[in-house]
Amino acid sequence: MRFVFKTDYQQDIKLFKHPGYYPWYAALAILLLLAPLVLPTYYLSQMTLICIYAIIAVGMMILTGFTGQVSLGHAAFLAVGAYTQGWLYNKGVPSVVAMGAAVALSAAVGVIIGVPALRVKGIYLTIATFSFAFIVEEVLARWESVTGGNSGLKVEDFYFFGIDIAASEQRFYLLALAFLVGVMLLAINLMRSPMGRAFVAIRDSEVSAQSMGIHLARYKTYAFAISAALTGFAGALYMHKIKFVSPEQFGILASIEFLMMVVIGGLGSLHGAIYGAIFMIALPQAISIAKDYLPAYIGQQTGLQPTVFGLILIGFILFEPLGIYGRWMKIKAYFELFPFYRNAMFKRQKTYMKSDRLK
Amino acid sequence: MTAFFKADDISISFGGVKAVQNISFEVGKGEVFTIIGPNGAGKTTIFNLISLIYPPTTGRIFFEGTDLTGLAPHLVAAMGIARTFQNIELFEHATVLQNLLIGRHNHRKTNFWQEVLFTAAARAGEVAHREAAEEVIDFLDLQRYRDSYVAGLPYGVRKVVELARALCTKPKLLLLDEPSSGLNTEETDDMAFWIDDIKNDLGITVLMVEHDMALVSRVSDRVLAMNQGQMLALGTSKEVQSHPAVVEAYLGKEPEKQAA
Repeated sequence: MRFVFKTDYQQDIKLFKHPGYYPWYAALAILLLLAPLVLPTYYLSQMTLICIYAIIAVGMMILTGFTGQVSLGHAAFLAVGAYTQGWLYNKGVPSVVAMGAAVALSAAVGVIIGVPALRVKGIYLTIATFSFAFIVEEVLARWESVTGGNSGLKVEDFYFFGIDIAASEQRFYLLALAFLVGVMLLAINLMRSPMGRAFVAIRDSEVSAQSMGIHLARYKTYAFAISAALTGFAGALYMHKIKFVSPEQFGILASIEFLMMVVIGGLGSLHGAIYGAIFMIALPQAISIAKDYLPAYIGQQTGLQPTVFGLILIGFILFEPLGIYGRWMKIKAYFELFPFYRNAMFKRQKTYMKSDRLK
Repeated sequence: MTAFFKADDISISFGGVKAVQNISFEVGKGEVFTIIGPNGAGKTTIFNLISLIYPPTTGRIFFEGTDLTGLAPHLVAAMGIARTFQNIELFEHATVLQNLLIGRHNHRKTNFWQEVLFTAAARAGEVAHREAAEEVIDFLDLQRYRDSYVAGLPYGVRKVVELARALCTKPKLLLLDEPSSGLNTEETDDMAFWIDDIKNDLGITVLMVEHDMALVSRVSDRVLAMNQGQMLALGTSKEVQSHPAVVEAYLGKEPEKQAA
């Protein structure tokens, strides 16, 4: 068990709370950096996708996991990022500038969708974001002069500061990894400073957040903007990774996937965002591998993947609401405290008293 | 001279229910002012009016000469008014320290970019917030709960954490909504000491709603009694408790002497 004896305030703010973490994170960094040397291209390409999904998951986590605003429209932000990137890049705009534009435009769209969020909450907000995603999907299909309509939008290559990233999977992976690490740092910084705490306050009790001086409308808009900006940024990378986007990639299923990612990863933790992204990319692979070993009457069923996804989601909600991260914490505690771990250790007392919420 | 805090003829009705009717009172600086009354008297509604959760139907509320009515609700904290809630509205999935740090929100000096990049200013801000929170932790003896999650704390401790969070905003006026409800005798005693200390040592004016008359008479300078949205009596705790209208509100009218 690691005990942190606090002797000064800086300790609270540290990135790694205990020196015991250094070797583990160092090992992780080495593994991630060695991956391009040993992994075959296909797996490396999946790792790149994990990085991109993890950026989306961090965006989702800030909005849904920390601010408590459930969105079913994040595919739309991804689409805005991807199409902005693709369109500008094809016009000859340098990729960095295009990325900046993709982020800015997604954030702006996030603010626009954030505005109804100030009036509706809970399930109504979810429906609002859901319908917003439909509108975006529809716009993408109809605005043919820019988006290419249903025949989609293509980018041929990916030059980043003059380096041909698309030429090798290794380069793409390292770039995506670097971006993910950057995004993680920004998100950690956000969550250890007043704005991040204000988000958590809004999630847990709007009425007292307000009485602490938090401007609910402004902070919810911020949360939407930040979340959309990150998702749009992931979209820009996604555009170059997939090289071809069309409206049906940004449908409701994608939005549900993103939401599942944070629920399964563990709401309210940045670790959870990463776990969720790994899960979301790795599971379909695992299923398709498993297919070969399953009897044909199961393995060849068309709905196999959605069924497995659904079952896993139900399982998590029933048995591990804190997701993979929550389970990981328990496993860690089990070994750190061995043999003193008890089942009730993570049980929380339920409270039924709630004064009237802001309507 | 303008009063420190003044409620001027405030009323609010929800549909046909006149929750608060024409209440006027003033609170002087450094005073402990208590509102008492039976359930449904409109005490908490007055608090919600002061916190601007509802706009009053008529009347105005002044704090240090500034008219609060019509302000955005989040600005009340910046004016120097903090509150606790009757049923405890803490941020459950955060630690005690994080709750207190949220109480420091008004003292945020850094902007979004400084925080996201965690510049020296943001770092210094975090340390300053923690120092301020630590003073409150020290004041209310919360040291051993500092890093516990609120969701796992007993009721009595949560009550104190909520008080601590309100103090972290560095208020001039503290609104306490039933500080002793759900507390045992010992905890109520502690609460009485703290209210005295808050008034005398920290120099914060306290406006509270309370049912425990022993606590009320012990700490309050003045008491306002109300029933069904109306004002019954205003004065010292003793005066109010013996006021015939107050006795009637709590105990009912004395049966008329039967003419023999």
